[in-house]
Amino acid sequence: MKLRAFLIGGLIAAVVAGPLAGAVLAQGNTMFIPLLVYRTGPFAPNGIPSANGFNDYFNLLNERDGGINGVKLAWEECETQYKTDLGVECYERLKSKNPVLVNPFSTGITYQLIPKAPVDKVVIHSAGYGMTASADGRWFPWVFNFPMTYWSQASAFIKYVGAQEGGLDKLKGKKIIHVFHNSPYGKEANPTLEELSKRHQFELTLLPVDSPGQEQKATWLQVRRINPDWIYISGWGVMNQVAVKEAAAHGMKMDHVVGNWWTGTETDVVPAGDAARGYKSMTFHAPGSNFKIHQDILKLVHGKGKGSGPKEGVGEVLYNRTIINAMLDTEAIRLAMTRFGNKPLTGEQVRWGMENLNVTEQRLEQLGMKGLMRPLRVTCDNHEGNGLALVQQWDGKKWTIVSDWIEPMRDVVRPKLEAAAVEEGKKLGYTPRDCAKEK
Amino acid sequence: MIYREAGHFKSSYAADQAIFPIVQDRVFLGLVAVVAFVAVPLAANEYWLQAILIPFLIYALAAIGLNLLTGYAGQLSLGTGGFMAVGAYAAFKLTTAFPWLNMLVVFVLAGLVAAGVGLLFGIPSLRIKGFYLAVATLAAQFFLIWLFNKVGWFVNYAPSGTATAPPRTMLGVMVTGPQATASARYLMALGMVVLFALVAKNLVRGRVGRSWMAMRDRDIAAEIIGIRPLQTKLLAFAISSFYCGVAGAELLFLYLGSVETLAFDINLSFLVLFMVIIGGLGSVLGSFLGAAFIVLVPIFLTNAPHWLGLAMRTDTQKHLELMIFGGLIVFFLIVEPRGLARLWQVTKEKLRLWPFPH
Repeated sequence: MKLRAFLIGGLIAAVVAGPLAGAVLAQGNTMFIPLLVYRTGPFAPNGIPSANGFNDYFNLLNERDGGINGVKLAWEECETQYKTDLGVECYERLKSKNPVLVNPFSTGITYQLIPKAPVDKVVIHSAGYGMTASADGRWFPWVFNFPMTYWSQASAFIKYVGAQEGGLDKLKGKKIIHVFHNSPYGKEANPTLEELSKRHQFELTLLPVDSPGQEQKATWLQVRRINPDWIYISGWGVMNQVAVKEAAAHGMKMDHVVGNWWTGTETDVVPAGDAARGYKSMTFHAPGSNFKIHQDILKLVHGKGKGSGPKEGVGEVLYNRTIINAMLDTEAIRLAMTRFGNKPLTGEQVRWGMENLNVTEQRLEQLGMKGLMRPLRVTCDNHEGNGLALVQQWDGKKWTIVSDWIEPMRDVVRPKLEAAAVEEGKKLGYTPRDCAKEK
Repeated sequence: MIYREAGHFKSSYAADQAIFPIVQDRVFLGLVAVVAFVAVPLAANEYWLQAILIPFLIYALAAIGLNLLTGYAGQLSLGTGGFMAVGAYAAFKLTTAFPWLNMLVVFVLAGLVAAGVGLLFGIPSLRIKGFYLAVATLAAQFFLIWLFNKVGWFVNYAPSGTATAPPRTMLGVMVTGPQATASARYLMALGMVVLFALVAKNLVRGRVGRSWMAMRDRDIAAEIIGIRPLQTKLLAFAISSFYCGVAGAELLFLYLGSVETLAFDINLSFLVLFMVIIGGLGSVLGSFLGAAFIVLVPIFLTNAPHWLGLAMRTDTQKHLELMIFGGLIVFFLIVEPRGLARLWQVTKEKLRLWPFPH
């Protein structure tokens, strides 16, 4: 009976106190950026380096520059396990701290947050993921997906395949398989691939892998039966390692297996061992840790014991991607400050900064990121920016870039994207704005 | 001394058959209703409403649904997630096809569609029982999710396969979509839960509920006293799926705003089943308690380190949360295998003797 009384008391305490245990408000001269991360669960292999990148870059800015123009950055991690409902809970919890900008780091969570953005006045930056249609800034002023969308990425992949085969006209009759995570994320590339398969008359097969994707035997048996010329993988989390292993085990030519840019980091290929050698993946930045920014992070963040991951993790593909992501966010804030003053900004002001973002080669050099990525420019109607894609290859030890910068087929993607934006925007009851009137 | 039936004289059958025969219970519930309908929307902030209360109400409705089937009629089901998905996608299709339709009607129709599907997948229950039935309903779960993933028609051919709740008003107030305030959505969810909980409570007190319980306790004996297994079991499946369907539609329209099939995967089925087991099988109150436990305790565990001022890594914290939560469930089932509802009952009995326990 004692236990029972204890139980009842404990339960009441938990129920009442739980949600009261709120977060402390960010105060003073700071700007708050929530970090939705996943350091546990089946997506952790990719979630951990990504989260570390964000932490280290924000730490670097605070340590080296004292924040942005004197305004310190504050952030807090919230574990989502890549689950949409947990992501929504995290977002709502951290909303009380007046965030200005959020990186959902999950296409599923991005979909949840897109309708909330204009209501809460929080900018959404889904860098290289999220809803492709939101690249039309006329319909989705609050959502940004630069440097590139899934559709542009898929078109760049086809362009690369065309180049390898000796011209896009040689694609006729070729067999291409898209192995994708059966979620909004994985499906995003399908409409573009279908459109291109009509145009260039290659045979496209779409093979979904159910989340989380530890089990792909049946999928790869199908792949082997079809015996494709090229394979494109859109995976995430444990699915990536399994897919790479299975591709190797089924004797695919690894240099004809290409992951999208979420399917090509060190943790995805290392488990497959030597068999992964030759595997390729898309990317939009250089791999490795030979840039000035990395030295700064190692010296000023890790050197002071503030690094959020192992030192060896600095320079991993996803790590680099998230420091670029964090850089773009903070550069947008910096730009907005030139207009609105060096003080903590509101979501609306940061939105202006995102929309007018122009990261030049010169600026990249100042940031210590020269060669890590290309200059980027965002406009009111094009929230995807003018990003270009690259292909990188795993040589068994490290990733190396094996292609030139690939311009996506914007003539194919943009009209489809605009049509999709009208459809998606109407679903939410939006009306488009006139970009000519924006300043 | 104060809290008991003695001294309450009932002069009509209606009073005798009231759901809550004790005056204090009625007063208490009246107060709860006032707080829930008036005070909470006025006082609670958006985080409370959006992240805690709305999911709690929705899961409570789903738990009632499953409790009718598993707790009262004794048919173990692992298809809850699938039936909730049916409700969600049916509501989505209905409201996009007929935008003028009142949202309440949409929810009820979506529930009816789910009831139909539940009926279909309930047929095997006539032949198989217990764990074998659980496996059969598991098939429903996987089949339905596969179907919604495979056929683009269900999401109006959205390229990403997500169904997004369109903005809809009711009595001039926005109840779904991004512009709907959390209080409006909360009140909608609350109203439906109260309504359907009352229906469920009455259902299980009446002929239908009794035949379900007879079927649960000994099906052959029930058959001998004249309860027809076909109608009884299928009715349980249909009504249970109706509740789950409505809950699924609410999950899309009132809570998440847009869903992919992953939101309705097998984990959801287990989650609702745990709510029913922890709350108490065969108890409407237990469904609420179970839902509260499953929704609130993890949130408490996530917030607790902050509260105590402990700086903990996100992953350590999550792992600790999972371990403690799992441990709590095990601890619970050992200490009180009949669930939280039983705890409430024990408390009630003590209250009756208070302050002179013998």
